[in-house]
Amino acid sequence: MDKVVLLLGITLMYSTPLVFGALGGVISERSGVTNIGIEGMMVIGAITAATTSYFTGNPWLAFLAAGAAGAVVALLHAVASVSFAADQTVSGVAINLLAPGIALFSCRRFFDGGATTPIVTKLPKVFGDGWMADTPWANLNVNVSTLIAFLACVIMWFVLYKTKWGLRVRAVGEHPAAADTLGIDVYKTRYVCVLVSGVLAGFGGASVTIGIISQFTPTAIAGQGFIALAAVIFGKWTPFGTYGACLLFGATQALTIILGGGQSIIPSSILAMLPYVMTIIVLVLFVGRSVAPKADGVPYIKGSR
Amino acid sequence: MEVSSEYAVQMHGIVKRFGAFTALDHIDLDVRKQTVHAILGENGAGKTTLMNILYGLYKADEGKTYLYGEEVGISNPTEAIRHGIGMVHQHFMLVENFTVTENIILGDEVCGTAGVLDMGRARKEVTKLVEEYGFEVDPDARIQDISVGMQQRVEILKALYRGAEILILDEPTAVLTPQEIDKLMEIMDGLVSKGKTIIIITHKLKEIMRSAHECSIVRRGKYMGTVDVAQSSENDLAARMVGRNVNLKVEKAPAHPKDVCLSIKGLTVRDERGIEQVRDLNLNVRAGEIVGIAGIDGNGQSELVDAIMSLAKARAGTIEVKGVEVQNTSPRKVIDSGVATIPSDRHRWGLVLPMIVSENAVLEHHGDEVYGKGIMLDYDKLRAYTEELVSQFDIRPAGCEEERISGLSGGNQQKVIIARSVTHAPDVLIAFQPTRGLDVGAIEFVHKTLIAERDRGVAILLISYELDEVMDVSDKIAVIYHGQIVGEFEQGTVGEDELGLLMAGGGSQ
Repeated sequence: MDKVVLLLGITLMYSTPLVFGALGGVISERSGVTNIGIEGMMVIGAITAATTSYFTGNPWLAFLAAGAAGAVVALLHAVASVSFAADQTVSGVAINLLAPGIALFSCRRFFDGGATTPIVTKLPKVFGDGWMADTPWANLNVNVSTLIAFLACVIMWFVLYKTKWGLRVRAVGEHPAAADTLGIDVYKTRYVCVLVSGVLAGFGGASVTIGIISQFTPTAIAGQGFIALAAVIFGKWTPFGTYGACLLFGATQALTIILGGGQSIIPSSILAMLPYVMTIIVLVLFVGRSVAPKADGVPYIKGSR
Repeated sequence: MEVSSEYAVQMHGIVKRFGAFTALDHIDLDVRKQTVHAILGENGAGKTTLMNILYGLYKADEGKTYLYGEEVGISNPTEAIRHGIGMVHQHFMLVENFTVTENIILGDEVCGTAGVLDMGRARKEVTKLVEEYGFEVDPDARIQDISVGMQQRVEILKALYRGAEILILDEPTAVLTPQEIDKLMEIMDGLVSKGKTIIIITHKLKEIMRSAHECSIVRRGKYMGTVDVAQSSENDLAARMVGRNVNLKVEKAPAHPKDVCLSIKGLTVRDERGIEQVRDLNLNVRAGEIVGIAGIDGNGQSELVDAIMSLAKARAGTIEVKGVEVQNTSPRKVIDSGVATIPSDRHRWGLVLPMIVSENAVLEHHGDEVYGKGIMLDYDKLRAYTEELVSQFDIRPAGCEEERISGLSGGNQQKVIIARSVTHAPDVLIAFQPTRGLDVGAIEFVHKTLIAERDRGVAILLISYELDEVMDVSDKIAVIYHGQIVGEFEQGTVGEDELGLLMAGGGSQ
């Protein structure tokens, strides 16, 4: 029983950055912009959150700053892929190459040449610090970012399926020319969605460095942005489907941690591969069957109908 | 003509240039209120460009537009919609996985507070429209699940929902079965009787004769006058459109079919999503006959052709060319066994646009000894061979052998493909939409070539979405529906109505 509660707690904790990243992927791709740069945006969010928290001591401010930093990086992606109709994969890859460099450079610049930040103030726990202390249930007292991620998922579902803006976003991602002839601004819609995607990815980075661990390290993100993109596909580009997929990936990470406690006969480095192996398996099984938004990854050029 | 409120739309002296090319050269258009007005012209004559200007998608370089006698400047579709103009594009602008209601309200949504959709009220408004005009469309159906004819009605509803008084229909019958065309004509009559004005863009004479009151003719960007349809005839309209008298009837002698050359038995093909597009299809084509396949786009035609050419896997069944099974081999083997193809989309499948004409002219046969030894191509021989084709098939401009093929007109590009196919003396010729996008003169040429090849003893499989083409050119007509042949007829033993029913899945055996 204790193990189950522990597993559940760790799953919730580790799925949180994935949920943010994946929701960012959902909103961007639903509007027709492939965002492979989620990873890079998460890295920038991670360093921004840790640095801001260190210097201000205010994790909430740090969390918001991470979202803003993610949005700035996303703006690059939007300019390249929406305004200039550049190849969205190339633009995303560029961001992924650029971001870790910027992060490490900033870290060395601000923290006397160190590759990691000192320990910084984390976001609070959902039920406060002392809740059920010394019982296994304390594991369920997760960081508030987990709750925020869940709320983001609910809000995104509501906006996408219950409001006129959601209808427009989905139309733009499926058939931009149709939306254009009905007076919907395709470019503006895509800009907004890519920026929101950057904000969410920034939150995702922050939920690692001021949620799970309490410092920035160069391996803090380590592919979580890509796992998040796999979750987008597995979750069929829907907020709740994606949320579920993230829980699954989070659970494999939790398993890795629990089994890697030292008593296991499987070497821990093999166990550490589990989330990535799981990602590959899921992609192989689902990538063909899951149907992406029709105009996903296709730049819209006015007049070329 | 005088500007007057008797006319719903008047466009005077419209000029539109794309770079050095003048697409529209002082076009006039006067559309009376509450009439159906046709704009007739060949592909590329400028009909759609003119309507795109009216709808605000393009800006005219010169000229004035008046609606009900008032001058207007329309610079984008939103303004056109505000002025009561609605346009149904040739390629529908519908979101496939949205419902009918969602597509109709998109961009002009019915909302409660704070942008939250009120789908109940939206549905009521759509239902009201559907009933008012008698459209028979289910507001809750998804676009991907309804027929093309219904999709077109959804497009018309979209315009009506936005208060359109003037409706532009761009090639509205291109994708419809004869029965759906009848229904569309009814709908158009109904709309006119309710006070709407309709402009249809088309190159189909029959439909103009049936539906339009007046017809304006455009030839190569120039205005050729407006005629009262009741006082005119199909031949008269065709001559005005092309600029010379054309023979609309395909002339040919009876066929003399010999042995079966292409034999398809129990063929089943799946598309990339794993859905069976061709199911247990049986078909024979004899040497010296043209078998035409009639059917609506998307009933397995492309999968059938792909399977014959070994571009798609046959899950079951056999394809024999002169008694030898060729299914699931390779395109090379199929070509070598004597099959030539005229592909449906010359830009995607038939030609390599950045390459020169003579390279394109040998594409399927570039490995033959005649064109070079070993791994080397002999460009002198290519050139000599192509020169012959150019003169024999009247490919223009003369002396284009070293030009990029992308610089040729569509009709001449198609001539290169046909010349390539037939000069290598195939036993079987697959002609998939061989006249797509061609003007009347070029169509005449293609049909004559097909018949000449038939008389030479080639087995020809003609697949076309144009029912008239299948009925005029084929010796035998087969109807394909949902991947199966649902009827086979000798030419002249079957009417358009019966074929149309079969094409729509009615009365399949």
